[in-house]
Amino acid sequence: MSSDKNIGKSVPRKEGRAKVTGAARYVDDLRLPGMLHGVTVRSPVARGRITNIHFGEGIPWDEFTVVTARDVPGANYVALILNDQPYLADAVVNHAEEPVLLLAHPDKYLLEEARRAVRIEIEPLPAVFNIEESLEPKEVVWGEDNVFKTFLVEKGNVDEVWNSPDVIIIEGEYRTGAQEQLYIETNGVIAEANSEAGVVVRGSMQCPYYVHKALVKLFDLPEDKIRVIQTETGGGFGGKEEYPSMIAGHAALLAWKSGRPVKMIYDRAEDMVATTKRHPSRTRHRTAVTRDGKLVGMEIDFVVDGGAYATLSSVVLSRGTIHAAGPYNCPNVRIRSRAVATNLPPHGAFRGFGAPQSIFALERQLDKVAAAVNLSPEELRRRNFITKGETTATGQVIREDVDLDGILDRAFELTDYQARRERFARENAGARVKRGIGFASFMHGAGFTGSGEKYLQSIVGCEATAEGQLRVLAASTEIGQGTKTVFAQIAADALGIDYDSVEVVQPDTADVPNSGPTVASRTTMIVGKLVETAALQIKETLKGAGLVGDTFTQDEWTRACAEYINTHGPLKTHVQYQQPGDIEWDDEHYRGDAYGAYAWAVYVAEVSVDTLTYEARVEDFVAVQEVGRVIHPILAAGQIEGGVAQGIGWALYENVVWRDGRMSNGQMTNYIIPTSADIPPIRVHFFENPYAGGPGGAKGIGELPMDGPAPAILNAIEQATGVAFDHVPLTPEAVMDALEAAAVAST
Amino acid sequence: MSEVTGKTSVRCHVNGVEVTLNAYPFARLLDVLREELDLTGTKEGCGEGECGACSVLIDGELVNSCLVPAAQVQGADIRTVEGVADGERLHAIQRAMVECGGAQCGICTPGMVLAAVNLLNRTPQPSEADIREGLAGNLCRCTGYMKIFDAVVQAVKER
Repeated sequence: MSSDKNIGKSVPRKEGRAKVTGAARYVDDLRLPGMLHGVTVRSPVARGRITNIHFGEGIPWDEFTVVTARDVPGANYVALILNDQPYLADAVVNHAEEPVLLLAHPDKYLLEEARRAVRIEIEPLPAVFNIEESLEPKEVVWGEDNVFKTFLVEKGNVDEVWNSPDVIIIEGEYRTGAQEQLYIETNGVIAEANSEAGVVVRGSMQCPYYVHKALVKLFDLPEDKIRVIQTETGGGFGGKEEYPSMIAGHAALLAWKSGRPVKMIYDRAEDMVATTKRHPSRTRHRTAVTRDGKLVGMEIDFVVDGGAYATLSSVVLSRGTIHAAGPYNCPNVRIRSRAVATNLPPHGAFRGFGAPQSIFALERQLDKVAAAVNLSPEELRRRNFITKGETTATGQVIREDVDLDGILDRAFELTDYQARRERFARENAGARVKRGIGFASFMHGAGFTGSGEKYLQSIVGCEATAEGQLRVLAASTEIGQGTKTVFAQIAADALGIDYDSVEVVQPDTADVPNSGPTVASRTTMIVGKLVETAALQIKETLKGAGLVGDTFTQDEWTRACAEYINTHGPLKTHVQYQQPGDIEWDDEHYRGDAYGAYAWAVYVAEVSVDTLTYEARVEDFVAVQEVGRVIHPILAAGQIEGGVAQGIGWALYENVVWRDGRMSNGQMTNYIIPTSADIPPIRVHFFENPYAGGPGGAKGIGELPMDGPAPAILNAIEQATGVAFDHVPLTPEAVMDALEAAAVAST
Repeated sequence: MSEVTGKTSVRCHVNGVEVTLNAYPFARLLDVLREELDLTGTKEGCGEGECGACSVLIDGELVNSCLVPAAQVQGADIRTVEGVADGERLHAIQRAMVECGGAQCGICTPGMVLAAVNLLNRTPQPSEADIREGLAGNLCRCTGYMKIFDAVVQAVKER
């Protein structure tokens, strides 16, 4: 590193001014000449055969552009992993809200009337709506057995531990519900398309090159005839990882047929009922523990509901599987996992990507294990925390210094945990409002799993201008988390130049290389490292030309750029990801180094439970984590606080209500996310332990904060109520049922 | 005068400028601001008055512009996010939102800025409870609200 002027400091966010003045332009703020509006007509039933499409009376249909599956110029599937999801259903539908027909018209009010006038007639087929029905199988709705993907992780020999006389065996089953990402900007795009110029899509998205890949197949066009431009994006959280490929394709099909630009913006209800959500899950645990609290065997059966098409479920399952045994050293582990099909709209990426589900189950199970051996929850963890030199469930040897004891100590110190726990235990008897404090300990791997980064082969470019501006070229998107700011910090410090002289270019597949998707807590750690390397190469080029020395002033930098460009032409470099030599992963047996680095954390929640209204509230929250080096303290804390808030929502408020495979509460009025009045003070503390593989020592943090809140909150609620709840969302109705049952049992 | 079937002309002030809008009486103020006046800083988040992304001030009252019919703003004084800064000089709450990290993805930010302006107009020295209450009609999915609270506190100090 040449300097440390920016890394570690909370420099002003690059697009901050535009956002607070309303000047930032999101896709719905753009209008193109001659633009039409587009809408999607969707299946009203979960599974069936399309028998007829009826166009109602009173609509001037000849003014409309109408697109069905027969209008698709290339392949009618969303290119992703298994390519099983059609852009437009043809003969059959496999989930409610599946797109069947597209309409475009200049007048969006008339368009809405037209959408309501189309009736899709469907002969229903039997459908499955949950994990049990899918596994049974009540009906085979996908492939031969409804199973998208399975994994098996084996460490030691778990079969040998169950019969040992020295162990206690504890079993448990845990469930988590679907969760809507609920970015405040709904999905939306504007497309232009014709056979000569190709297809141009502008829109709200996390992964421009995913959309690019999908459109190449949909239109059967060469790569250079497809251009995807990310507009300012109002939140993603995974919800704009794969879904934008769908809406982009739809708008582009309408543009292709009409010859005019088409804007397609979902309203909130459509976005909630039709787009992806977090996978519901069921996890079964069987744990063998010695009487003094050493884990000796863990058998874990982890199942996620993928919905009607494969989409990203195999990858979500992978991350959930690898995180299922947590940051503990257990010699014998078997994790068997399955992603199964149902006739719900496909579930997809959402912050944490399977890990929050399996971590929730594990942490609840360990509280149960602790009780069985008469240890406190923390003492059980302390006796099993993984340390340097020990191995994870996949056999990954931890090579970094991990101090989960120290993280736990700090989290307890910041919350005065022991004193409060004792006080609540004393005061709860007879109190209407019961209090509790609890915690969860966990880890989250940064970057793509196993060999994922090797296959991605991400590329980042840097280009200097004659005026001394450094342009960072990457497809990694700013979606609120601070990509532009963090990349500029990294590049500025690599070169020793001013932060303001770095511009991070808006992702446009015509201008920027494919630095991979903006997902998996990989942007800062993996792509940021490439930014650092590319910036350093610019410096080496200038040094090699004899224009600068090891260090230089801003003026010397500017002069050197001008002189280099004048003499040699463009000053530009591209670098590609090289997997570090010490990372080894066996895809077939799911063994080895699952992630280059992990962030480690202990979160503490304090709750109150009102035994009259059965409302549980989080009163205080402390998040302590080790994340390598913190690049930008305010942005990093903002990531943690925002993730904790989403975790609180998942734990207590966010309840997707399904009726015949349709979300029946697809409105903000009755799907409740936390407001400023619901969120407790969230105190964030970082331990820094620089990671050599990350820029300036940083590891990934984006998903980590989603993992801890739900198990910590339920642990605290267990103290408050004496009930060990095993599912989220934990609504007041569920609390009421359990407490009333407990009251009946005790009389 | 307005007719039920046709567009009507609505005279009002928007960010201090007198304008005459030509709109259907029941058109949402949100759409009129965005489409007729190209004031796209006002955002639609839910269209049902839950999220506050479309907040504007009408005669000093914080309202969700997705629930206000155009005919209702006849003669009103409307302030949108574009009218919060004094030319190039940001309002204290805007500066603080940038400095404290109160804006992440930015889509709730215009509404949040107006809610905070409204709060400070009414309660110049808000307590923490006042801040939480004053912003409770504006949903943010990114920040967990902590940095927005920090921004309000900092803006109070600066004023």
